[in-house]
Amino acid sequence: MRKMLRAAALTVAAAATALAVQAQEVKIGFLATLSGPAAALGQDQYDGFMLAVEQNGGKLGGRTAKIFKEDDQLKPDLGVQLAQKLIEKDKVDVVTGVTFSNVMMAVAKPLAAADMVFVGSNAGPAPLAGKECNARFFFTVKQNDNPAEALGQYATDKGYKNMILMAPNYQSGKDQITGFKRYFKGTVAAEIFTQLNQPDYSAELAQVQALKPDAIFAFFPGGMGVNFVKQMNQVGLLHKIPVLTVSTVDGTTLPALKDTALGVLSGGPWGPDTAGPANAAFVKAFEAKYKRIPSEYAAFGYDAGLALNSALAKVKGAEIDRAALVAALRPADFPATRPSFKFNRNGFPIQDMHVFVVAKDAQGRVSLKTVATPLPALHDAYFEQCPLK
Amino acid sequence: MGVELLLTQLLNGVQFGLLLFLMAAGLTLVFGIMSFINLAHGSLYMVGAYLAALTFAHSGSFWLAVAAAAAGLFVLALLLDRLAFSALHRRDHLDQVLATFGVVLFANEAMRMLFGSAPLFMDTPAALSAPVEIMGFNYPSYRGAIIVAGLLVALGLHLLIDRTRVGMLIRAGASNRTMVSALGVNINWLTSFIFALGAALAGLAGAMVGPILSIQPGMGEPVLILTLVVIVIGGIGSIRGALFGALIVGIADTLGRGVLPALLFLVLDPATAAAAGPALASVGVYVLMATVLAFKPDGLFPVKHA
Repeated sequence: MRKMLRAAALTVAAAATALAVQAQEVKIGFLATLSGPAAALGQDQYDGFMLAVEQNGGKLGGRTAKIFKEDDQLKPDLGVQLAQKLIEKDKVDVVTGVTFSNVMMAVAKPLAAADMVFVGSNAGPAPLAGKECNARFFFTVKQNDNPAEALGQYATDKGYKNMILMAPNYQSGKDQITGFKRYFKGTVAAEIFTQLNQPDYSAELAQVQALKPDAIFAFFPGGMGVNFVKQMNQVGLLHKIPVLTVSTVDGTTLPALKDTALGVLSGGPWGPDTAGPANAAFVKAFEAKYKRIPSEYAAFGYDAGLALNSALAKVKGAEIDRAALVAALRPADFPATRPSFKFNRNGFPIQDMHVFVVAKDAQGRVSLKTVATPLPALHDAYFEQCPLK
Repeated sequence: MGVELLLTQLLNGVQFGLLLFLMAAGLTLVFGIMSFINLAHGSLYMVGAYLAALTFAHSGSFWLAVAAAAAGLFVLALLLDRLAFSALHRRDHLDQVLATFGVVLFANEAMRMLFGSAPLFMDTPAALSAPVEIMGFNYPSYRGAIIVAGLLVALGLHLLIDRTRVGMLIRAGASNRTMVSALGVNINWLTSFIFALGAALAGLAGAMVGPILSIQPGMGEPVLILTLVVIVIGGIGSIRGALFGALIVGIADTLGRGVLPALLFLVLDPATAAAAGPALASVGVYVLMATVLAFKPDGLFPVKHA
């Protein structure tokens, strides 16, 4: 009897020890826009992130990853509530995701107040890169202005003298045009601001025809981009002059544009054909699992997962020490989908900025192909305003 | 600014106006005769666009797609009227607004669940894909086709309303519904028909914009707002008012966007003009509506009520 009891006690103790080892987990809050017209972006961020988790057997840095997935519905106020829920109720160790800059700016305050570690996988607003930078925020993406800057440099390199710049009349639209002009050395014939979510561009395209520019720069995300490209094509402008775009032809709009978008140029840090074995492996794994070409949002989400995986592996002990996690994230020693990827002192990347063209890939699908890298190892325009060292 | 540009913009305005007319014709009749506020009219337009895109994708025939959208919406509207909306006819306007707004939310989510949030693709029919040149300007031939279709519908409605017995009853119903009913006409049948006809026109509008716009949940709401402006300007219940109201709104909106900013650059300094242009263009239509209402509170072509 005594022997049996002792054996039982030993078993229990062993089981408890095993449990303690097992219990090494990391709680991750994933906050993104997962419903509404822009849901495809958040979904791609999530799918990319989960691919990284899955490839590590459901773990990140050897710790079982417990994901708390929340949908901000593109509402900043809801984003703040959800961030508070993740911090106070779920007691997460790190927050990742965030699709739109307006939500990002709203959730930055509660995250900073809680000293939360944050790894952003889409939004990259200027204030967080500059004056309001935070030592615990990392962005596996790009600063919002970067793609437009790359296209501005590309237009300068190509010697375009006379351009029309078009965007919806809201903050992001104005930021994109500012970013483009930062590197464009030619003349701007006109800046055309349309209404946000305007469906029809016939009046604006007639103006474009009248002004006869060398090329057009356009920023029309989501459904606006589909409308704009279709109508450009119908009026016969699409193949007559170069069309340089940001967030207009991407993984979320190409399925609705198909062959119509062939030849449109797009700026960004990542494309399915970005060089390097890490990206080739990512694209292959993503297509095998989700049966579609990954968008840049998926690549950013995947890189957020990889960044956390490498950093968490370096943090010892059952409790995750946040300062140690931040120190481990900073060197960015993970095999990113973008080989040039490094973190600047403001937590934003230093990376190559490319120009892509919409073209058929080897399997005949409409995809993005790299045509130029006008701005290699680009620093964002705001990091010097960041007081961090 | 050349005369050519102005004329191209006028053409764009007429095209946009005729598209609005397809929406406004149905809404104004339903509103005028049944005194029923249907905010879900934009959803019917959206469903029409989805139906057309799906038919086009499976059959490859654009004309079949347009026919399927119009016919499909006619049938859908008959069902919707019998099952849901007929219960609302006698309720007050606030109830109708709330209930049909619920339908808007339901329809948007239903499309999202069925087809996802990413926009659907619909190609331009091959025969109408190349632009035509008008005075040195490229004009999309497909938009020309929308103008033709809009004018044909306007002519067809004119004949239906002014030359047929059904049209006579519709006109009578718009003036005095109770009297028409008292004369032995089955007013329920008449209202169902009007509702379905309006829905078919909304479906036709949805199918016609498929090759121009992205087909996605929520695409009906922006056009619904302008359609409401059209019927208020034109006079509620009047087809002729809907046509002229739609043309006025279409042209005002297009010129506001296409010409006003350029004019401002001539009189103001560039920074002020750049800021004021888009802002003025977006409120232009509503200023127009307010002006019309100030002088003609019943709209430009009011229906005489007994």
